[in-house]
Amino acid sequence: MVNQLGRNLAQMLKGGVIMDVVNAEHAKIAEKAGAVAVMALERVPSDIRAAGGVARMSDPTKIKEIQKSVTIPVMAKCRIGHFVEAQVLESLKVDFVDESEVLTPADEEFHIDKTKFKVPFVCGCRDLGEALRRIEEGAAMIRTKGEPGTGNIVEAVRHIRAVNKDIDELKVLLKQKKFTKLKEKAKEYRVSYDLVLQVAKLGRLPVVNFAAGGIATPADAALCMQLGVDGVFVGSGIFKSKDPIKMAKAIVDATAHFNDPNKIAKASENLGEAMKGLEISTLETKMAARGI
Amino acid sequence: MKLQKTIGVLAFHGDVIEHINTTKNAAKNLHLDIDVIPVRTKEIIQTLDALIIPGGESTTLHKLCEREGMWEKMKHIKNIFGTCAGAIMLAKQVSHKTHDQKTLELMDIEIDRNAYGRQTESFEKNVKTSLGNIHSVFIRAPRIIRVKKEVNILANNDGEIIACEQKINDNYYLAACFHPELTSTIFHEYFIRKVYQI
Repeated sequence: MVNQLGRNLAQMLKGGVIMDVVNAEHAKIAEKAGAVAVMALERVPSDIRAAGGVARMSDPTKIKEIQKSVTIPVMAKCRIGHFVEAQVLESLKVDFVDESEVLTPADEEFHIDKTKFKVPFVCGCRDLGEALRRIEEGAAMIRTKGEPGTGNIVEAVRHIRAVNKDIDELKVLLKQKKFTKLKEKAKEYRVSYDLVLQVAKLGRLPVVNFAAGGIATPADAALCMQLGVDGVFVGSGIFKSKDPIKMAKAIVDATAHFNDPNKIAKASENLGEAMKGLEISTLETKMAARGI
Repeated sequence: MKLQKTIGVLAFHGDVIEHINTTKNAAKNLHLDIDVIPVRTKEIIQTLDALIIPGGESTTLHKLCEREGMWEKMKHIKNIFGTCAGAIMLAKQVSHKTHDQKTLELMDIEIDRNAYGRQTESFEKNVKTSLGNIHSVFIRAPRIIRVKKEVNILANNDGEIIACEQKINDNYYLAACFHPELTSTIFHEYFIRKVYQI
């Protein structure tokens, strides 16, 4: 069953910035800056990366504290495949569950059967096949994975471009009426032919698609928007920067005015230092490789 | 004299493209040639016959309008249609707003933000309105608590007002707590007919 109401909520978030927050104070900064939602976490991805060990769902007290502090939607993360963490988050009435590779996966074979839930899910992807598998499992929203906690935009760009290229390929096949090839694509992606055909006709994913993983500046956010995503998630990029209040507002402004270089320039002025980034080739853990 | 009819959709964030497409379809159904344009800058405001404020987060929409310096100008737009967050923006009184949140204060309605609760309480249902039946989608919807007698009610659901309009001198405002843009053109057709008095 399609979670239509979840898809509709995602539509209302388009053009916006969703910010990772670890406490009520951060959540209020995010809301004040103009975030359209917050992601309640115990640690931002760069701290999860530094801490090592197993990363799990946040303590419910933390999530409740954040829910109480803001009026915008509150999302929270569960481990890939950990449907009980998802049940807990649903009982806490979070507005969206992120089945996220930022946490240590609980199941290496199966993602959560998201059709069993009333709360909508957002899931990560690196290419169209991954996106469509998640949608068929019931995800109401997709985000490209990027590489979380790095402040390095290169992986986010790679994943956005991969999804775009795969969709273009389907559009061409449909235009040339190569239906056998489209069927082969469905087989390759391990999803239904109907879904592949729907994407080919729409020329985009049938759900809202945000960018995530490595956005650290207003220009990074606008780059993702110009590449065609519907909005952005910013994790460590805000609260690991020198001046989070300014950075949060600047990323919101640049996302809203993503096609206007003058406004992006203005938003980028005097922000202080952005988060210190990481070179992808030096990483011990590639979070994006979690989940298939 | 301005010839081209122009309706803007506030385009910082929210279900903007859905409103643009529905407005275009509504114009087509009425056999009217209307430019429907996204609005992100204050310069465009005075060229508009009407503005549509989409669903989204009312806190975010207010902040981006203020930062763009278009807030006061928006109060002088003659015709405005707001859905969900847009309806909140039109209300004179709002409960559960954030401490720094403002609205345009144009309609004599009092509205409660996120009154139905969180996303798991979102719902959809068929509703009878004075414009016709419509499948209505309520996403973390606001609730109109009370209206002054100058406000004309267009739709109720379980005894609660979910759509209304108000004419103040030459100005016209239309508000819906749900999202007609997602399922039908009837509200947009009605708004266009009001704007161009046809």
